Amino acid sequence: MSLADQKTAKPGMRTGTRRNLPEGLLFEGADWDFDTIQRVFDACEEIAIDELGLDVYPNQVEVITAEQMLDAYSSIGMPLFYKHWSFGKHFASHEASYRKGMRGLAYEIVINSNPCISYIMEENTATMQTLVIAHAAFGHNHFFKNNYLFKQWTDADGILDYLEFAKGFISDCEERYGHGPVEMVLDAAHALMGQAVHRYPRKVRPDLRTEEKRERERRLHEERMYNDLWRTVPTKDKGTPDDADLLRRHALLQLPQENILYFLEKTAPKLAPWQREALRIVRLIAQYFYPQGQTKVMNEGCATYVHYKIMNRLHETGRISDGSMLEFLRSHTNVVYQPQFDEPHYGGVNPYALGFAMMQDIERICETPTDEDREWFPDIAGKGDHMAVLRDIWANYRDESFILQFLSPHLMRQLKMFHVVDDEDEPDLEVRAIHDERGYRKLRRAMARQYDIAHTDPDIQIVDVDLAGDRRLILQHTMLNRVGLEESDTRRTLQHLADLWGYDVLMREVDPETEMVVKEHTASARRRLV
Amino acid sequence: MHIVDRRLNPGGKSLANRQRFLRRAKALVKRAVRDSSKERSIKDLEAGGEVSIPLDGVREPRLRRSGEGGVRDYVLPGNKDYIEGERIPRPPRGGGGGGSQGSPGGEGEDDFRFALTHEEFVDLFLEDLELPDLAKRKLATTEQLSWRRAGFSVTGSPANLALTRTMRNSLSRRIALRRPRPDAIAALEEEIAELERTKDDPIRLEEAREELARMKKRTRAIPWIDPIDLRYRRSEAVPRPVAQAVMFCLMDVSGSMTEHMKDLAKRFFTLLYLFLKRRYKHVEIVFIRHTHEASEVDEETFFYSPETGGTVVSTALEEMIRVMRDRYRPDDWNIYAAQASDGDNTSSDNAKTAALLTEEILPACQYFAYLEVGREDDSPMGFGYRQSDLWRTYDLARTAGAQIAMRKVRHRRDIYPVFRELFAKKGEQKTA
Repeated sequence: MSLADQKTAKPGMRTGTRRNLPEGLLFEGADWDFDTIQRVFDACEEIAIDELGLDVYPNQVEVITAEQMLDAYSSIGMPLFYKHWSFGKHFASHEASYRKGMRGLAYEIVINSNPCISYIMEENTATMQTLVIAHAAFGHNHFFKNNYLFKQWTDADGILDYLEFAKGFISDCEERYGHGPVEMVLDAAHALMGQAVHRYPRKVRPDLRTEEKRERERRLHEERMYNDLWRTVPTKDKGTPDDADLLRRHALLQLPQENILYFLEKTAPKLAPWQREALRIVRLIAQYFYPQGQTKVMNEGCATYVHYKIMNRLHETGRISDGSMLEFLRSHTNVVYQPQFDEPHYGGVNPYALGFAMMQDIERICETPTDEDREWFPDIAGKGDHMAVLRDIWANYRDESFILQFLSPHLMRQLKMFHVVDDEDEPDLEVRAIHDERGYRKLRRAMARQYDIAHTDPDIQIVDVDLAGDRRLILQHTMLNRVGLEESDTRRTLQHLADLWGYDVLMREVDPETEMVVKEHTASARRRLV
Repeated sequence: MHIVDRRLNPGGKSLANRQRFLRRAKALVKRAVRDSSKERSIKDLEAGGEVSIPLDGVREPRLRRSGEGGVRDYVLPGNKDYIEGERIPRPPRGGGGGGSQGSPGGEGEDDFRFALTHEEFVDLFLEDLELPDLAKRKLATTEQLSWRRAGFSVTGSPANLALTRTMRNSLSRRIALRRPRPDAIAALEEEIAELERTKDDPIRLEEAREELARMKKRTRAIPWIDPIDLRYRRSEAVPRPVAQAVMFCLMDVSGSMTEHMKDLAKRFFTLLYLFLKRRYKHVEIVFIRHTHEASEVDEETFFYSPETGGTVVSTALEEMIRVMRDRYRPDDWNIYAAQASDGDNTSSDNAKTAALLTEEILPACQYFAYLEVGREDDSPMGFGYRQSDLWRTYDLARTAGAQIAMRKVRHRRDIYPVFRELFAKKGEQKTA
């Protein structure tokens, strides 16, 4: 969510009203006041709504100090959050590197809520505030409100109230049960946060009345269709009673289950009600952040594209000066800079750079397509109204599907992308595809896979519980490309899981190609949590 | 759009999280503080600063795919001359595709560095230590006034108006005097209007009009808020005693004391000062140096000004008694004293020293510590066994029942352990 990890020096903010501004300019120089912000916001809004056709939540812009920005950092950007030592740890490390000047602060933080809250720092110059408002209050805001993942998984209206509740609940628990026990539950829940989301909308469970009705209909249907002849048809072997038992158990416990915290909340035998509620809080927050991880490229691409459009438009219409434009361009280029793979500070593909480049590329394809584009993107090439196309894309894709659909040969050539495969069993790495005619599709597929959570997150499910025996919880990690789990973290996490579950836990790592169990991890509950 | 200025909101929202973090990592942080204090000079000790603790203790594990093994894909930007099917030798440490995937910056991944504030640092540094004999602690005669809420008064400044209390009085007065309620008047007015419209009960109409007039008159006569209702929040000044302490630093500065010894003494004094500072709001320090004669000096002179002469310890004790009588009466002050010396004393002075100590000084002091400093190159055995004049004198006094803490130190690294030993909680270790 941060615009960039760099900071421009600027003298402290001074108040100043609109003194003799040259014709049409929103501001001059670096200073700003609340009137300036209002003017800037109105100008941005005009462009965003009328020209770009964006659809946003009502905005709330909050001015904060650098210290408050540090505070906000440490609780994953949320304005209020329950207390936990890990946030203190993050705060300490951010603070240490900030004080040393190793890292600047983000210019802004934006929260997916209704109204959409954007935090802007008082140290920013007037130009930076304009950029930040265009980026966060319109770019991100539009994306939050319209993207299907956010619509499906997050409740922008309720999030702040829910966090308020969570904060109060956890602090009540701390008062009642002591810091230690609460911390233990939260530690364990945080460790399992990655396995705490429902990846598919759940089936609505029928209530008893509908169930009964269905049962009656089924019986009626059977009676109508009754034919004594069916009795003589040989039936399939019923299967061993063991199987039936297993099926029944699976149905009862809703297994296999990949949402581990959900499973614990509903079925762990030893947890007290407040502990279940704490697990639920962590789980729901994980679910709230679930779309963000899947839309990084698109979300930042959308926001960066929008701020670029707005700033250019403001400059064209003479609302910001040439100097401001240069200042903007300088920080914009920093944000969308993509180092090449062999440069020392290469740290992976920059989502801002890729997202922005793809949005611009789509605009180019819509407006001035080449023959290649017409062949690759018959639906949008030369369609003209690029904003409509982009708005549709922003609403209906996530990173993986977006790249799979819209990464164009033109852009692959421009970025000089290539695909390398590192196979443990081979002595060398192999260049599997490069940016040429034969490689485009392979390259694009490989690139999309990098953003597919099925590829980045391990596939872990609870497969069984030994109900008749020692109540051991059995999990399975289905390996992908023969990559196992990180050993020491897995051991620790399983320990947390065993503490919550109250009995032994077993994790099997299975290679789906050979169906062999490659490795097993076990853990036993240390002590009762209550 | 709303613009909200949050800059004036209270900061430090993360303070509670920070405290939780420090509590969580307490053992580790404490060790880090001790380690780092060995390397620091005494002056820096007070400044707080950065410590680093092993990351392992504050790790947040999660289930994630391992960084090694299996088949891995990389899509990278910036191809120079690779072609499809080309083989690239595996770069060391499996950093895929030639990209550097190690942790950026030179910092080791196993350490977690962060800054402690001065208070946090000193607190952790001096934790588990206790001042001996706190029961005798005196409260100072100088008292500070602090304001405390004390009920309500009928006079006061408008800023102190107690609104709820005032309105409560107003309400009860209005009820007691039967001031007509606004809705009763409204109801009556409505009735009159109704009667005027229908015109079927002129008698009731007349009654109602009179009733209304009466009510209105009464309303005017009985005000909504009367000066008699007003209440103000009252505060009164309460004297609050302040605990205060004085610390006497006595040191032999004769020629036999080397720079190294003085440095050891200084470290000990500084630790004691930090420690007292944590317990008492006001701590004063008196520096008394002595050769064959003693004088009260300032800190700079105390530690750094060279001096020559013989060694007569009793002069220092006499000077201390004088200062105590002049300025720090034992009734008002908590008195702590620490003496550093290499142990030399003129033989004839020993008896006088012992007498001054046991009869005059110890009864007045909360605590008296004697630190014998030795050369760094003294062999531990020799130093430990050789009994200096002063040591023998004090040791005799102690066996006779005097409360003296005595330790020998000859290396910088011993100072802190010795200090901890002297002030360790329980406080039962009285013997060297």
